Amino acid sequence: MAKASAEAAAVVRVRIPSPLRSYTGGEEEVRVAIPLLAPEHPPSLNAVLAALEGRHHGLRFRIVDEQGRLRPHIKLFVGGTLAADLAAAVPSGSEVMIVAALSGG
Amino acid sequence: MPRARTRPAATPARPVTLFVATRKGLWTLTSDAARRSFKLAGPHFLGHIVHHAVLDPRDGRSLLAAARTGHLGPTIFRSIDRGRRWVEAKQPPAFKAGSGRAVDHTFWLAPGHASQPGVWYAGTSPQGLFRSEDGGATWAGVDGFNEHPQRKAWCGGDQDGTPDGAKLHSILVDPRDPAHIYIGMSSGGVFESSDAGANWRALNRGIRADFLPEASAEYGHDPHCVRFAGGNPDRLYQQNHCGIYRLDRPGEDWTDIGTGMPKSVGSVGFPMVAHPRDPDTLWVFPMDGTDVWPRVAPGGKPAAYRSLDGGRSWRRQNEGLPASQAWWTVKRQAMTVDAREPAGVYFGTTSGEIWGSRDEGRTWRCLARHLPHIYAVEAA
Repeated sequence: MAKASAEAAAVVRVRIPSPLRSYTGGEEEVRVAIPLLAPEHPPSLNAVLAALEGRHHGLRFRIVDEQGRLRPHIKLFVGGTLAADLAAAVPSGSEVMIVAALSGG
Repeated sequence: MPRARTRPAATPARPVTLFVATRKGLWTLTSDAARRSFKLAGPHFLGHIVHHAVLDPRDGRSLLAAARTGHLGPTIFRSIDRGRRWVEAKQPPAFKAGSGRAVDHTFWLAPGHASQPGVWYAGTSPQGLFRSEDGGATWAGVDGFNEHPQRKAWCGGDQDGTPDGAKLHSILVDPRDPAHIYIGMSSGGVFESSDAGANWRALNRGIRADFLPEASAEYGHDPHCVRFAGGNPDRLYQQNHCGIYRLDRPGEDWTDIGTGMPKSVGSVGFPMVAHPRDPDTLWVFPMDGTDVWPRVAPGGKPAAYRSLDGGRSWRRQNEGLPASQAWWTVKRQAMTVDAREPAGVYFGTTSGEIWGSRDEGRTWRCLARHLPHIYAVEAA
């Protein structure tokens, strides 16, 4: 198996909604690098969230429950497209947007 | 055989602090030594749904708050200086991966036994019991309950919960024995463990459950709030979906003590509090549980009811409360007592008011208003 190297990493920009910025020190955007095992296999959203959790502990559990399901009022977009699930591929250089649904009173 | 009772002493005349958990954050309300004036401070966690905030009576400074927001998952915030600074739990309550269940919110927080500093219990929605041994920093499920093969039968399925989610609440640790624990579940009923949560048994005999097909069901009941009698942990009081009850251990049959309530008011409500020292004195705050369950003060005329004889008789206590057209009510965690002499009684309303009495309910005063919908009030 090929070993990941510093060069073989996907870099992803993650846009953080205001309810989660207490975890990122107020940062609206966080860049994470995810090691690639093979260039033709981009990381999944799960891997992106794991990398995010590694830098900002506690953030992932606020948007993904203990069964690995996205919480009900959270949506994730990859490059502007709504992701169907956390297995969705995230090409290097793309933007992940975490959206907390606008609802309630 | 009943074990020895422990009679708590009244606390000296020092200020009382109320921890007010609301749908939009946490506030504190602190009195002077005479409990005449109260000062409101906060908010902490503005915009967060705070279901419960409890000060640790073992050290008087550790404070936990169970919070979530409309979008984000549940967590617990901790303070070791009565709320000046907060940190988030490293590992909030969560069911085991693969169980299919997810904590929607932590609903009830209970400090552990006096001999076990740092131990806390948490009850969640859906029904789950969690324990921390490090002051609330990390939480693990109490497997004897959460993984019990009968758990689903006790608690019902995902669609069986109450409108705001099924809850595990009223976690009562016997002050004489840290391994002896009671819990209440809406729905599910009252359960008891004698081995620190490894095994559980239902304790619902004598409780009506007129919403179940079998009136004498072993479990599936809907206790709204369960409390130890003051100074006597061999006596439990319960405000249930179907009335008010008392249980004197080692007996196993609850006695219906709601029959003395006025018919026009009924015996439905959510909160119940016991006097801090007198095991015969308790308060309830009835609400309208008729028809479609309006969940407001009956007739728009709110009142507490106090019993001085273990529930055999009740007296209305509404002096100072609105006489009419007051359509709020009091949630199950939103009524509390302090440990002073005479005991102070406090409640928070769904309309964001805090009311208090420093004469055991004889007269009431509004201590704060214009707060968000109040979920819980705890006195320290």
